[in-house]
Amino acid sequence: MPRWTMAIDLDKCLGCQACTVACRMENNTPIAGPEQAAKGRAMLWNEVIPSSDGEYPNVTARYIPRPCMHCDDALCVKVCPVKATYRNEEGTVLVDYDRCIGCRFCTVACPYAARYFNWHEPYYPETLKAHLNPDVAIRPKGVVEKCTFCVHRLRKAREQAAAEGRVFQASDYVPACVETCTGRARYFGDLDDPASLVSQLLKSPRAFHLLEELGTHPKVFYLREG
Amino acid sequence: MSRIEQTVFAPLRTTGKSFWVLFTILAALTGWGVFAYIYQLSDGLGVTGLSRPVYWGIYLTNFVFFIGISHAGTLISAILRVTQANWRRSITRIAEAVTVFALCVGGLQILIDMGRPERALNVILYGRYQSPFLWDFTCISIYLFSSITYLYLPMLPDLARLRDKFDGAGWRKWLYTTLALGWKGNYEQHHRLEKAIAILAIAIIPIAVSVHTVVSWIFGMTLQPMWHSTILGPYFVVGAIFSGIATLFLAMALMRKVMHLEEWLTEKQFNYLGLLLLVMSVLWTYFTLSEYVTTFYGALADEMPVANAKIFGEFNWAFWTMVLFNGILPFVILIRRSGRTVMGTVIASIFIDIGMWLERFTIVAPSLTRPRLSQWAIYQPTWVEASITIGSLAMFALLFVVFFKLFPSLAIWEVEEGVEIEERRKLAEKIRLEDLRAASGVASGE
Repeated sequence: MPRWTMAIDLDKCLGCQACTVACRMENNTPIAGPEQAAKGRAMLWNEVIPSSDGEYPNVTARYIPRPCMHCDDALCVKVCPVKATYRNEEGTVLVDYDRCIGCRFCTVACPYAARYFNWHEPYYPETLKAHLNPDVAIRPKGVVEKCTFCVHRLRKAREQAAAEGRVFQASDYVPACVETCTGRARYFGDLDDPASLVSQLLKSPRAFHLLEELGTHPKVFYLREG
Repeated sequence: MSRIEQTVFAPLRTTGKSFWVLFTILAALTGWGVFAYIYQLSDGLGVTGLSRPVYWGIYLTNFVFFIGISHAGTLISAILRVTQANWRRSITRIAEAVTVFALCVGGLQILIDMGRPERALNVILYGRYQSPFLWDFTCISIYLFSSITYLYLPMLPDLARLRDKFDGAGWRKWLYTTLALGWKGNYEQHHRLEKAIAILAIAIIPIAVSVHTVVSWIFGMTLQPMWHSTILGPYFVVGAIFSGIATLFLAMALMRKVMHLEEWLTEKQFNYLGLLLLVMSVLWTYFTLSEYVTTFYGALADEMPVANAKIFGEFNWAFWTMVLFNGILPFVILIRRSGRTVMGTVIASIFIDIGMWLERFTIVAPSLTRPRLSQWAIYQPTWVEASITIGSLAMFALLFVVFFKLFPSLAIWEVEEGVEIEERRKLAEKIRLEDLRAASGVASGE
């Protein structure tokens, strides 16, 4: 059974936000609008967080793209009262939108703030409506949603492999943000395969996890700048 | 009819104009809250001031506050019953009613906070005990069930009296007859009732403690800064009893005035319960001090922004008001005997109830405004949240007022029993003294 993992090389990240846009288009994330966004209700399954260390003139600025970490010991899964949030057998953390009661315990528990709530009925401008991705369900008002590692792409890749009569390979599946990354800073693959690129990268001395000290065992890891 | 019966039954018989004025005001405020909720339901939780990452706000504050208040009653009344404090007899009914209605309104807050309240049944259908939410659901349900039983059982003899002596309208007569469950007041029935009450009184103490512990664990089990703390459980329980007794004082003072119960709700009750309130105030201060001293001394990078936001930042008004209202003012008022009067305890209780609501608020909101990774946020509640909060308070008062329009405000049989016990004691003392005198007379005569 594969364990899907993402690696993000901060040395290569330009902070261009292409991943954020690709994610939005791929996953039909509703548009919050400037007024709602100012209230902190922008829906960004993938957020590029700017951070800086030190004081002028000795400042180091960096960009940290943050998808869902798909933690192995996910707090959101622990606290969900109705098992609307769950880890599937491949370790990806998903949300059952039809079961979610909207109590927002998971959004509060997630230390990465990677989960989003539908404050209103989802809204799409006319121009966008024609381009909604038919593979991804539109979430109703009052439920929680977040990055799925583009799990619909995995389903599609498996179906395609089956239709073509060949064995599904880990390289057949890649989330939209990884596919689109301008600086090719993102890698995706199977952590259970020791030969995979992500497994190799995890051995790098540059590799680290976000908020490692919390013991959530995230499956997204980063490569520190040079 | 005895005097206590006359006094207690009088408000059930006749309804004055002031009752309808109060009823109308409370019903209007409740209705306003209902309107705000319908608006929220149709438009979504976006009409609140909540956002990412401040996903919880006023509603959770209200939830913790009301569940806290519910510790007034049943717990206090149970402890006093178990310890056989005789002065409890006239306040148990009021205390137990506070509990039941606070629990109802408190539980409602979670439903109000849900994005999908129509799926609330999922908690039963798919509930999983890994989530502290389920612990709450279980403990609060058990507490509500046992509190209603604990309110109802000691009311049986009083209901039977009403059945026999009430001369009002038809449906009321029917209500009392049905609820009295054929109570005759014979020895066997009394024996069983006392036994049931004794068992419930003991069982309800751990239940009540468990309730506020798991309420705190909704926060404590997450890793959010200043939530993830072992002190939270006992801190919440102490705060709950503290705000509970304060609310009980307000209810008692109101009932005493409106229903003319001065003879039974005497200075003694206010003095003794005032001492308990003083102890809770000191305990609360102790817990608060422990929490902040350890936070500041350890100075963890995640916790410091939250602690600073509370003490120096945008929540400082709430924090310092809370310290003043919960710690300093109640102590100053209640430490002297002259402060533990009806007036003194009521003033202290108003401070405490406001202070404890602010305490709940400064626990819920600040931690969420200072997340580890995303941007810091500001939480600004909207009119919808304010309206629903006011509506909830009004609803709590309304339930309380309507309940005591229908049911006796004192446990008449218990009070009478207390008087009897007192008289017997006096008699026994008299006999003992006479014996002593006789014995000494014999001794000196020799």
